[in-house]
Parts: sequence; C-alpha cells; structure tokens
Amino acid sequence: MKRIGVFVCHCGTNIANTVHCDQVAEMAKSYPGVVYACENKYMCSEPGQMMIQEAVREQNLDGYVVAACSPRMHENTFRKCAERAGLNAYMSEQVNIREQCSWVHADKEKGTEKAIDLVRMAVAKAVRNQPLSTSTIPVTKRALVIGAGIAGIQAALDIADNGFQVTLLDREHSIGGRMAQVDKTFPTLDCSACILTPKMVEAAQHPNIEMATYTEVESVDGFVGNFDVTLRKKAAYVDFHLCTGCGLCQEKCPKKVSSEFEMDLGPRKAVYVPFPQAVPNKPVIDANHCRYLLDGKCGVCKKICPTGAIDYEQKDEVIVERFGTIVVATGFEQFDISKYEEYGAGRYPDVITGLHLERLMNASGPTAGKIKRPSDGKIPEKIVFVKCVGSRDEAKDRPYCSKACCMYVAKHATLIKEKLPQSKSYVFYMDVRTGGKNYEEFYKRTQEQYDGQYIRGRVSKIFQVGDKLIVRGEDSLVGRPIEIEADLVVLAAGMEPQKDAKDMARRLGISYDQHGWYSEAHPKLQPIETHTAGIYLAGTCQGPKDIPESVAQASAAAVKATGLLSKGELTSEAMTAECNEAVCAGCGLCMSICPYKAIDGKKITERVHGQMKEREVAHVNAGLCQGCGACTVNCPSSAMNIKGFTNEQILAEVDALCQR
Amino acid sequence: MKYGFYPGCSLHGTGLEYGLSTHAVAKKIGLNLVEIPDWNCCGASSAHNRDPLLAQALPARNLALAEQYGLNDVVISCAACYQRLKIAELATQDKKARVEIEEVIEMKLKGQAKARSILEVFANDISLEKIQSHVVKPLQGLKVACYYGCLFVKPPEVAIDSSENPLMMDEIIKTLGGTPVDWAYKTECCGGSLSITRTQAAVEMTAQVLRYAKLAGADCIATPCPLCTSNLDMRQKAAEKALGISFNLPIYYFTELMGTAFGLAPSELGLDKHFVEAKSLLQNLSATEAQ
Ligand code: SF4
Ligand code: SF4
Repeated sequence: MKRIGVFVCHCGTNIANTVHCDQVAEMAKSYPGVVYACENKYMCSEPGQMMIQEAVREQNLDGYVVAACSPRMHENTFRKCAERAGLNAYMSEQVNIREQCSWVHADKEKGTEKAIDLVRMAVAKAVRNQPLSTSTIPVTKRALVIGAGIAGIQAALDIADNGFQVTLLDREHSIGGRMAQVDKTFPTLDCSACILTPKMVEAAQHPNIEMATYTEVESVDGFVGNFDVTLRKKAAYVDFHLCTGCGLCQEKCPKKVSSEFEMDLGPRKAVYVPFPQAVPNKPVIDANHCRYLLDGKCGVCKKICPTGAIDYEQKDEVIVERFGTIVVATGFEQFDISKYEEYGAGRYPDVITGLHLERLMNASGPTAGKIKRPSDGKIPEKIVFVKCVGSRDEAKDRPYCSKACCMYVAKHATLIKEKLPQSKSYVFYMDVRTGGKNYEEFYKRTQEQYDGQYIRGRVSKIFQVGDKLIVRGEDSLVGRPIEIEADLVVLAAGMEPQKDAKDMARRLGISYDQHGWYSEAHPKLQPIETHTAGIYLAGTCQGPKDIPESVAQASAAAVKATGLLSKGELTSEAMTAECNEAVCAGCGLCMSICPYKAIDGKKITERVHGQMKEREVAHVNAGLCQGCGACTVNCPSSAMNIKGFTNEQILAEVDALCQR
Repeated sequence: MKYGFYPGCSLHGTGLEYGLSTHAVAKKIGLNLVEIPDWNCCGASSAHNRDPLLAQALPARNLALAEQYGLNDVVISCAACYQRLKIAELATQDKKARVEIEEVIEMKLKGQAKARSILEVFANDISLEKIQSHVVKPLQGLKVACYYGCLFVKPPEVAIDSSENPLMMDEIIKTLGGTPVDWAYKTECCGGSLSITRTQAAVEMTAQVLRYAKLAGADCIATPCPLCTSNLDMRQKAAEKALGISFNLPIYYFTELMGTAFGLAPSELGLDKHFVEAKSLLQNLSATEAQ
C-alpha cells in the first residue's frame, strides 16, 4: 500500500470559517493508505510548502493530497513542491474545498461533511496515482500570419525582425487591409498611406517574409509547433514572375467594373490593381468580369502585355506547408447600413458610411480628394453624422461598442471643415467615448476650433425631399425633436466580424463569441492567446479596435509567436489519452469525437488461438492530445484512459464517495 | 378559401366603406370570409390603458370563438383590431398567460387561431398573380401614396412587413396598374390615438402626412386602416387650415382601389361615403382609359 499524506489548508479564514479543518484532517487519518494528516493556515506559503516537503521525507510518503483552493490556482505550485520533495510531480493531488465547500455552503457542519467526502475521494485516487512523464516535440521554426492588414503586417515584421521566417497571407491581392482605404488617421491626422505604405514595402522586401497574397487558408491540421496548413493560391491569370507592373493591361482593358476598394464610388477595370500603392503592384484578372474568361472575346490585355505575363490558362494551386505557430489577423467588415431602413441607407445615394467618406477625401480616391455628393457631384454644405449605426443597438443584434467610430467621426468633422470652410457638421451621438492618448483633446478641438456641433440623441428617420436629406432626431439635452436639412449624411457604421469568421475559426480550431469575434484565452490575462496552443490573435478579428491598439496587439502576438519559435522543442502534455490495445475493439468512435484529431488507427498483430492475426486499434498522438477526455467517455470498451484520470481512479473516487 | 373574419366595430361604423369594399373584393376574388359568430369588441382604443389582462382577454375570446368554429385564420381589416388580436395570439403562446386568460373568458384556447391582416392575406395567400387576373380597369396613371400607419408594422413582433419600409400595399397598387409613389411617411403616426383627446395635435400630425404625400406627387392616399382614414379624410379640412395649403387628396381604403380596378361599381365599394370627394378621381381615370 502506498503511503499517503493529507494536508488541509485554512486559506486564512477563507476555508476555516465554514469548514472544521481539524475534523477534516482527523478523519483523513482513518482512510486506507493515509499515514499522516495535518492542517496549516496557508498551505501555498513558503512555510506551508516546507511542511509538505518535510512530511514527505520524514514520513516517507509516496504521494499526498492537498485540500485547499481550486487546482486552477495552485495545482502547479503543489506539483512543483512534490518535485522538490523528491516525488514525481503527478503524485501530488489537489482537492478543492474552498470554491466547492466553504464559499458555497454557509452551514459549517454541512461544509465540513462535504470537505470530508471530497478528501476521502481524493485519497482513493491518490493511492492509485502513477508517476507520469512528459515528452518533447520538435518545433517548425516558421510562422504563418493570416490577414495582411496593419495588424498582420506588424506581426509579420516583428517576427521577421526577430530572425524567424514568416509567411504573410491575404486573400486580397494586395496587403494593406482596411487601413489602406483610410485617408487620414486620428488623432495626429497623418496620412494613412504615408505611414502604412513604408510598412507594406518593408514587409514585401524583408528577407524573412514570404508574401502569399491572393491566397486562402483551406484547412489547418497538426498542432502547436507543427501546423500543416493547406493553402489555395487563387489563379490571378497573370504570371507575377513575368509581370513588371507597367499597367498597360489595366489601361487598355475595355471592361469597367465598380471598385470594391473605392466602396463602389468609382470604377476599376477587369484586370486591375486595387489602389496605386498596392503591394505587390501587379494586376490580377477578375474572372467574374473578364470578357475573355467569360465568353472568349476580347483578349486585349494578352495582346498588349509587353512581357507576355497574361495567362488565361492559370489554375488555382493548392499546397500544404508546415508552420510552428499561427497569428490570426483577419480583421473586420463594416456593418451593413441597409439594415437601418429608417435611415434610407442603400436607397438614398447621399446617405453614406465612414469608409465611403474616407474614399471621397482621399487624394487618390474617385473624386481626387474633393468631397462631392455621390448623387449629383455637388459640394455639400450641411453634413450630418450619425454615430452608433450598427453599434450599441440590441434591436440590430449589435449590442457592443465599435470603439473607433467616436474618434473617426471627430476626425471627419475636422477634416471636412478644413476642406470645406463654408460647411457645417452636425454629429448625433449617444455618448462620446474618447479613451485614448490625446483622443479627448482631439474631440474637444473638433467642437471648439472646427465648429462640429454635437447633438445628443438618436436619429429616428432620414428621408429625401427634393435634393435635401431630412434628418429627424431628438436633442435629448433640450428634450425636443430636431430636424436638419442636410446635403450629405454619413453613418458611422460599426465594425462586425468578417462574414466567414466562424468558418475560419472552425478551420483553425479556435473559439468565437456569439457575434463571431475570436475569443481570447482569458479576457484580462491572456488577451493574445487563443484556447488552441500556438495560435495567437492580433487586431480586429478579436473585437473592435483602432489602429494603435491593433498594432500593439500585433506586436504582442509576435512576441508570443517568437517565444514559441525560439524554443527548440515543446514539452507535451503528461495527462494524455492512452489506448489499452488489448481491449480496444477498433470501432473508431474515439477518432470521430476527438476535437484535436489526435487519434488515428494502427494495425497490431497478436496471437489468437495459436494463429497470428492482424487487427486495427486506436492510437493516440500524444503531441496532439489535449487530455480533454472526450474519447474516454465515448469508448464503449473502456479501452481509452486519460493518464492521471484513469477509469480505475475515477471509479475508486465514486466508491469512496459511496462508502459514507 | 375559407377564412374567419373579424370585422370589429369600425367596419360597421366609421369604416363602413372598408367593410363594403373588403367583402365585395373578397367575393370577386373567391375569398370566403365567414364572420365569427358572437364576436366581441377587441378593446383597441382603451382596454390596454386600463387593464392588461382585460386587454388580452377581449381579443383572445374572439380567437377562442374562431377555434370553436374551426376557423384558424382570422382575417382582420382594421389595423387596431389586428394588433390587439395579434398581441393576444402571441401572449397566449405562453402557458401561464393562457391559463389566466382562459379563466377570464371561460373558454378553452388551443393556440391554433392566427390573427391575419387582410392586406397580408391578399398579398401572400391570394397572390399578386391572382389579383392581376381580376384587373379589368387598371389604375393607369394613378399616383398613390401607400400609407400603412403604425399598427400593422410596429412593434416588429406583430409587423406584417418591414417596420420601416413596408412594400406590400405598394406591390398591390402596382399590380392594379397604379403607380405607388416613393415617400418617407408611410409608417409615420397620424395621431390616431390623440384624435379625440388632443385633436389639435392629431390634426398637426395628420397635416404632415398629407403634406409629404402631396410633395411626393401623389393624387391620393391608400390605407389599410380605418383610424388613419378617419384622420386623413375627416380632418383634412382642418389640416389644410392648419398649414394653409390645399391638399384635396382623396383617401381610399386599398380595397376600394382593388374593387375599382376589378370593375366594381362605386356604390358597391362605398365610394360615396368619403369626406374628401373620392369618386371623380377614379371616374376620370376610367374615362381616360376609355378614350
Ligand atoms: S472508441 Fe475505444 S474501442 Fe473504439 S477505436 Fe477508440 S479506443 Fe478503440
Ligand atoms: S483526450 Fe481529448 S484530445 Fe486527447 S485523444 Fe481523447 S478526445 Fe482527443
């Protein structure tokens, strides 16, 4: 029989107030295997741990149970303590009599009773504990960054600067993301392209960065240190090795299409680069609009291309590559304003969004930077901004704050006044939220120096009369309805996750919230990590953020990724599943249920009635297994066991509970 | 097609022509409307201000009656009645509320009877194709402002169409050969509930509805609601005075326009019962057509 010790913690008064700790220790002495039991005010403290170590040596213990707080808090503490005492770390067992007893039971007698039961169970398990060991897995020293907006670019640059290989992937054919569409940035009003373009170029030229634009992630297999990612390189119909980016094809292409990059405010061609500073600055052919690809007519670009780079025969390419870590930076989409029918969005051309206005203000935009109304090209004089469109509105299933809109509206009002000194801007708001360095000052300046008139209240209706837009709302500070005849209305559309964010999450095996934002492992202490080891989050795929925040998170993700890559190998989980091949029936149920795809089949040969027979059994890849236990409960033959939580150990606990 | 029919008081009183035209059109199109025997007031104008249980029990009794006669679709013309019956229908989905209501009305409720608006039944059950097949005198050149009011489309839980930009009636008018105008006041309140208590406020609200219909270039307004109609029609003179503008906008129940396009006689539809003269616009229309 093993020699087990029991240590009951008071946790100051946390436990001792509602549990008679002395009685718990006293009872423990009577359990089979227990040779020593005592109590202490703070088991996790230095003296507490010393006490355990001394007892292990003096009483010659094989293992012990600590009855204290949650293992989430201190399991590691007591395992390390076991090692210092000369035991295997997994010979330490912790039972939670704080959260599960003292904190939830006011009655001291009942609390004590429950604590006694829990300790009895833990002892029954501890007697059956076995030393466990970890192994190591090699790490592929390459990172994948998915999404090449400002967050993805920053993460890639940081990882690359730290000396590791990075693949920077984007499904669009230029990097730059949303920030490339923005004209100026708050609160400094520097030109967005001027600060973004150098980074784009740097990423393109960095020896450690490989760009994979116009590429999508099809699937992700493997696990931390070794992700096998299947990538689809979409056919561009242009051979980038031959193309010099001269732009002739784009110039001569007869097919005009509305430009997504310009928010449909301007045209592009069927063969095109989305914007002048695009990286790579080489065109692709839009197969949905190219006359040649659609019905075999035209072919102008091929005729005109001086280097023969146009290749109508090009096909999608699918490749599998291995990466040690993945940074997800897939960004956001703008809320679809047509869901506000009362604002006439989508029906009235002069009701636009913030991103539309960015394009209208941009020197390389469809109006060369002149703010003109989309309907008739007139210069607007009265401009109304409506905030929180698709944010903080439960009726539209968007209860969250999109965070950046307060500031970008202030920026717009400021810039409009600069460009059109005769104009007047009105801003309807619910609250003004300007939490950020120099943000509040910026907002004040918009009001005081740039004549932005802020009106607290929601807009109820926008409609067109003649060439004016009537904006009807409430001034809730005055308590009156208010009506403004505007020339242009800008809706501050909030952020929402990419349409396919949930699909992507499933491919990556990471979790997301009810809206589709990716979930961090812990909202305060692990805001970069996901629940899947080796996958990190950067930027707005995790939730609304502005540029500085996205960049900060991207750098943080890069540090995490670099930290992982700089390790030669990773320690695997000790508590993984294990198949008892003798009883495994090979049914495969565990394989289909394992969320980490950690189980596959393997052939074994065995002697049955004197004959050698071959059959298939389950086989666990310890590197992939996260020890979740899904397979063990599913296994009809009880062949699957989690090390440290075997069927035998759990049944012993149940037996112990029933013995009262 | 056999449907239960709940006329409510307005179809026997202020909205007589709504009742007439609804029945005439239904007959023409083969929609069999069976008036629910022993129906009672839905309590629309005041019950919900007095006693929530009464406000649900009154309309619920009509649903219970309909169920007893095996009429699971209860078609309602009046917007206010529709809303009360719909809200009762939704309320009785909740078991606890249902038991309470059953006790008050001393009847059982299976929760099968559904409150349906006549507008939606025409648009969906009858279908636009079927409506079109009965058109003999298209409303050629008639510019109509379709005014839905609020009770059919708000709150969103009871809405028969989009709460902000409903198009159901516009589609019917188009099918009849008319031209629905695009305007922003189709769901704006006419002040119906203030009509008696604060008449001046109601007049001002009504005046705005009329003004924007006129601005949009409408020749007339079509409604599915007796309350809206009485405000827009009966108080039009007062509204004109308030704004100092002459509107001269006939206010039709959409069923009257359907009946006209189906070739029914004005007297069958009650076109002579309007405050703002309503016959000649439609007669001139057919005259132009005859030329
Ligand atoms: S579920 Fe159990 S029996 Fe079936 S294959 Fe997996 S380990 Fe074997
Ligand atoms: S414990 Fe969980 S992760 Fe490990 S093999 Fe079983 S199901 Fe897969």
